[in-house]
Order: sequence, then structure tokens, then C-alpha cells
Amino acid sequence: MSILVNKNTRVVVQGITGKEGSFHATQCKAYGTKMVAGVTPGKAGQEVEGIPVFNTVADAVKKTDCDTSLIFVPPPFCADAILEAADAGVQLIICITEGIPVNDMVKVKRALHGREVRLIGPNCPGVITVDEAKIGIMPGFIHKRGVVGVVSRSGTLTYEAVHQLSTLGLGETTCVGIGGDPVNGTGFVDVLPLFEKDPETQAVVMIGEIGGDAEEKAAEYIQKHVKKPVISFIAGITAPPGRRMGHAGAIISGGKGTATEKMKALEAAGVRVVKNPAEIGHAVKAALGR
Amino acid sequence: MNVHEFQAKQLFAKFGVPVPRGKEITSPEEATAWANELNTPVFVVKAQIHAGGRGKAGGVKITKDKGAVAGLAKELIGKTLITHQTGPKGRKVHRLLLEEGANIAKELYLSILVDRDTGWPTFIASTEGGMEIEEVAEKTPEKIIKEAIDPAVGFQGHNGRNVAFALGLQAMEPAVINPFVQMLGNLYRLFMEKHAALVEINPLIITKEKTLVALDGKVSFDDNGIFKHEDVQKMRDLNEEDPLEIEATANNLNYVKLDGNIGCMVNGAGLAMATMDVIKLAGSEPANFLDVGGGATKETVAAGFRILLKDPNVKGIFINIFGGIVRCERIAHGVIEAAKEVKITVPLVVRLQGTNADEGRKLLAASGLALEVADDLWEAAQKIVRLTGKAA
Repeated sequence: MSILVNKNTRVVVQGITGKEGSFHATQCKAYGTKMVAGVTPGKAGQEVEGIPVFNTVADAVKKTDCDTSLIFVPPPFCADAILEAADAGVQLIICITEGIPVNDMVKVKRALHGREVRLIGPNCPGVITVDEAKIGIMPGFIHKRGVVGVVSRSGTLTYEAVHQLSTLGLGETTCVGIGGDPVNGTGFVDVLPLFEKDPETQAVVMIGEIGGDAEEKAAEYIQKHVKKPVISFIAGITAPPGRRMGHAGAIISGGKGTATEKMKALEAAGVRVVKNPAEIGHAVKAALGR
Repeated sequence: MNVHEFQAKQLFAKFGVPVPRGKEITSPEEATAWANELNTPVFVVKAQIHAGGRGKAGGVKITKDKGAVAGLAKELIGKTLITHQTGPKGRKVHRLLLEEGANIAKELYLSILVDRDTGWPTFIASTEGGMEIEEVAEKTPEKIIKEAIDPAVGFQGHNGRNVAFALGLQAMEPAVINPFVQMLGNLYRLFMEKHAALVEINPLIITKEKTLVALDGKVSFDDNGIFKHEDVQKMRDLNEEDPLEIEATANNLNYVKLDGNIGCMVNGAGLAMATMDVIKLAGSEPANFLDVGGGATKETVAAGFRILLKDPNVKGIFINIFGGIVRCERIAHGVIEAAKEVKITVPLVVRLQGTNADEGRKLLAASGLALEVADDLWEAAQKIVRLTGKAA
């Protein structure tokens, strides 16, 4: 088992003829993901690595029965692309694009509210279910099928954690990058119940960072509903207030959203909080009694 | 991106939010000319820097004497203000806002930002105007009024009335209720149309003449939305930014200067923060946050080196790259090439992990460069801290 995506997931890539889109569509396909369609307006009839290109997501859905969209569309047009995927009836939208204006995302989030579609991201590495489907930009080879679910606001820091899990022989089930923007589609509290329910996942690694209160909300949820061990690292204990640390969402404002506060909330909820990012793997190993 | 108070007020005026008559001033001569034109009983001269707490630091002067305005302007221009937001070095004043004074009957607080929890634009209002809103929220949370605006339909009259009546405007001054509701609608338009991240008026005053005036104004913009607005781009004041940060932006690097002495260069924001944290755990302090992005190349690495080495505090450099799509042997080539171009005068530790990491490490080891190679994050952090000595 796994969560969100598996070997049956059928993917359409929006922005497939762009540099990023074509490169990553090829990589995902090479991993074994069912990449069934691409969309670039005006380029229907072309192919990218054998993946047929359509003018609209609606056409792609009609012709290929794709159920998941992977988006590489540039920021100015990305809100439109997400809404197009939702209107076309795709169930899962994974948006990699970094730099979408927050107020655009405000409107997108509102428009998706109450609809049977899940948005992951934007500004995220995507989702991978190990050995089944890689839908994103993460390097596939660092993953190893195993027992740990990973959910994270970060990209390369997630790879770091995954690398440790794989090296220690623990391995992963599914890794979900929820993205570094202040307004995103899916939060920790949406992913945690999926891991809790997944029989193959034995422990969860949650990687947070400064800014917002997603980690505090997660702590509240974990305390009430999660029985599996959760191991967490929060990046940015040395970050100064008021400065945006790369991610639009990673900013301590008005004294809120500090790493220390988040760690405290998680520890109080029974989460094993790791202070040293090099120790994530070992902490999971210990939690699983291995 | 932050802008000055006078720029925020220009935007307010454009969107129908009442502000005092005022103008940006950069010399005593300009001050005299505008003071003559203003012709008001009270003149207010305000230093324009991107930091709060200007009043307490002596950056705001009030006079009834038109003839004294030029002297006050002279005193403030070129002065360095130190407030709780500027850091110990303070910020030099290059421009002033000279405006008319107001007869304050009551001070309120008003702002709008996106509530990250709901993803809805939300007004925050309080009767405790002129205070630090964080302090009000901490000590008297019952005095904070929140009103979320449904982005599907935008601002509605009832949103404004909810805030107006919750603030007690009816008891305070019923004449301002309708203008207040209208003002909130205008602020919402400004916030959404200009891709603002925060619009704050503190204080918003009710005057003795029963009008509303934005006596102070702060607007910051979403960096991701600025490309849509040429007028906003023009408001950028490079005097208010760190020169190294300006250079980094020009090279598409994400750099934030900090106070420690270990420079770090990392790919990815989360890993960059984690790298700073691990430096601290190892007993030192990071000199900066530097994210060279997912597609680090020879050029970005070289630009990163140049920026790090311009910071006199940097006593050692720690490069931490997790090769995903970027292959480590390419990064290694980049480091070697860049190190030849840019003279590296401090200890250097390079940690490569991920795609083709072994190959990359071998290349570095064989390069003859004075650097240490590591494969584990903790080992690398301890190495660089040892090489630079613990934080002073």
C-alpha cells in the first residue's frame, strides 16, 4: 500500500514542452510512472518522449483517462493551469511551479474548496511512491521501498532525510512535498491521516520550517489521532525574525512561527523532535526499535 | 518588498483612503518650499526608513513654526536612526515626509493580510491604535478584531460593518461609520490588485473634525507578484537593502546576511536553513543564508563565492549540495573552476551527497585545491567549525 499515488496513477503534464516539463516528464517516465499525456496550448499532435501532447487538459482527460496532473507552467499562468486541471476533472493536482503570487493562490484555494480534487503544492518537489510512481522532480534513485512515510515543506532537505532513511535500510512508502508557500493546497494535517491509515507505513517523518502554524496544527492533530511514531525536524532555528528565508512561507512575523515554538508544540504532542538534521534517520530507527 | 511611508500614502490616496497632505522631501530647500505651500498650523517631519520605531528614535519632529521646518529637515537628513527594527548599526535617513498635522480624537489600528490558516485575506482591527499590535494580541487578545473576506466575492458592506460595530465606532463617532466601511473596501482593492502582502495603518485616526485619516502607513508587497506592477517596481529603494543582497538578487541567488562567521552555500531553502542550524549545533554561527537554487552551475557557485567573500565576517565557507537533478560531479567542476577564478582565502569544506556524489568528491580531492571534502552533514559541519575556530 501507499498513499495518494501508485502504479495505476495516470499522469498528464501541464507545460510538457517547456525545458523543465519535458526533462522531468522524461525522468518520471523512466522511473516507471504512467505518463500518459502532456498539455501545451497550441501544440496538440506533438509528442515528448512518446507522450502525446494535447491543447487542453479536458482533451487529455477525454483521450487518455489521466487522473493526476503534474504542473510546470510558469508563475504568471499557473493559477489558470491549476483551475483548468480541476475543471477537467483531474482528481489530484501536483504543482511544482515556484513563485506564484500569494493572492493568486488565495483565489485558487477558494475555487477548489468543496470540490473533489486535491492540490499538492505549489512550490514543491512532488509526490513519490517508491518503486511505483514518481510524480515530481525528486531524484528517484535515493529512495528505497520501506516503511516510513515522509511529509515535508522542503525540497532538498527532504532528499537529505530520505537518503538517511534509505542508507539505514528503513526505506520509504510515499514521500509528499507539500511545498514552501504560505497558501498551499495540502497541509500536514491532510497527509497525516493518510499515513496513519496506510498499513505499510510504520512511522512518519515530518519536516517543517519556520513561518505559519502548520506544525502547531499538526501537533494538535497528532496528539488526538496519530498512533504511529512521528519524527520531526524543523528547519530555521537560527533564522532571524522578519526575513524571508528563500521560501515565501518561511518567515517569522510578529514573533510567531519560530522553530522553537513549533518544536515545543510537537514535543508536547509526543512527537520525537530531532534538533540535528543529520540525525533524522537514526531517530526513526530508534523509534521503530530497530 | 517594503516601501516607504510616503509611498504607502501615495497608494492610499490613489485608492481613496484619506491621508494627510504631504510630500517626499530630500533637502531643506525643498522642505521650505513645500512648507510654504502646505500652509498648515502644524508641520510634521518624518524620517523615511524601512523600519518601525522611528518616533522613539527621534525620527519624527513636530513644529508649529513654518520657519523651523528647514532646520528640522537639515537635522534629520543624513542622520542614522537606530530603532528596534534596524539592528545596532541603524539606518541612514535619505528622505523625509513633510506633511500637515492632525487633530487626533481617537487612534485605531487597522491592517489586512492573508491568514495562512484559512487562505483568506483578513482584516485585523483594534481600538488600541498606535501600539505594537503583537503586544496587544499577546496581552489583550480580546481587543483584536478579525474579519475574513471571501475571495470568491470580495469585500462586502457587511464585512466593513462587522468591523465598524465591533470596534465600537457607533459610540465613538457615528459619523465615521460609513466612511470607515468604504475605506475597508478600498484597502481590500489595494491589497488584492497590487499583490500586497501587508497593508497596515497604525494609527488610523478619527480627527476632532470627525473624519478618518491614515496617519501612518505601511505596505509590503509579495515578491512573487511584483512582476505584474511596474509602479511598484519603481518604489524599490536600494538604499534600504544590503548591498550583498542586491548583488545576490541580480545573480538569481537567494541570500540573507546574518551575523556569524561561517559562510554557507546550499541548494534549496530548507536544506540551507538546516545547514545554518547544524553549524550552530556544531558550536559556531552562520554568516548567511544562501540558496543557490535547484540548478546550481559553475556560474552560480562563482557568484556565491564572490558574495560570501565580500562579507568581512566570513572566516570559512561550507558548501552543502544535495545533488538531485543536479549532478555532483558538475557541482565539483563548478567549485573547482570558480575557486580558480575567485581567490579563496578562507578554509573551505565541501559536502556533496546524492547523484554522482562519489565522482564529485574524487574530482575535488584530486583538484589540488585547499579544501576538505565530506559526505556526511554532521561530519562536514564539525570540520568547518574546527577549521574556523568556535564563535567568538
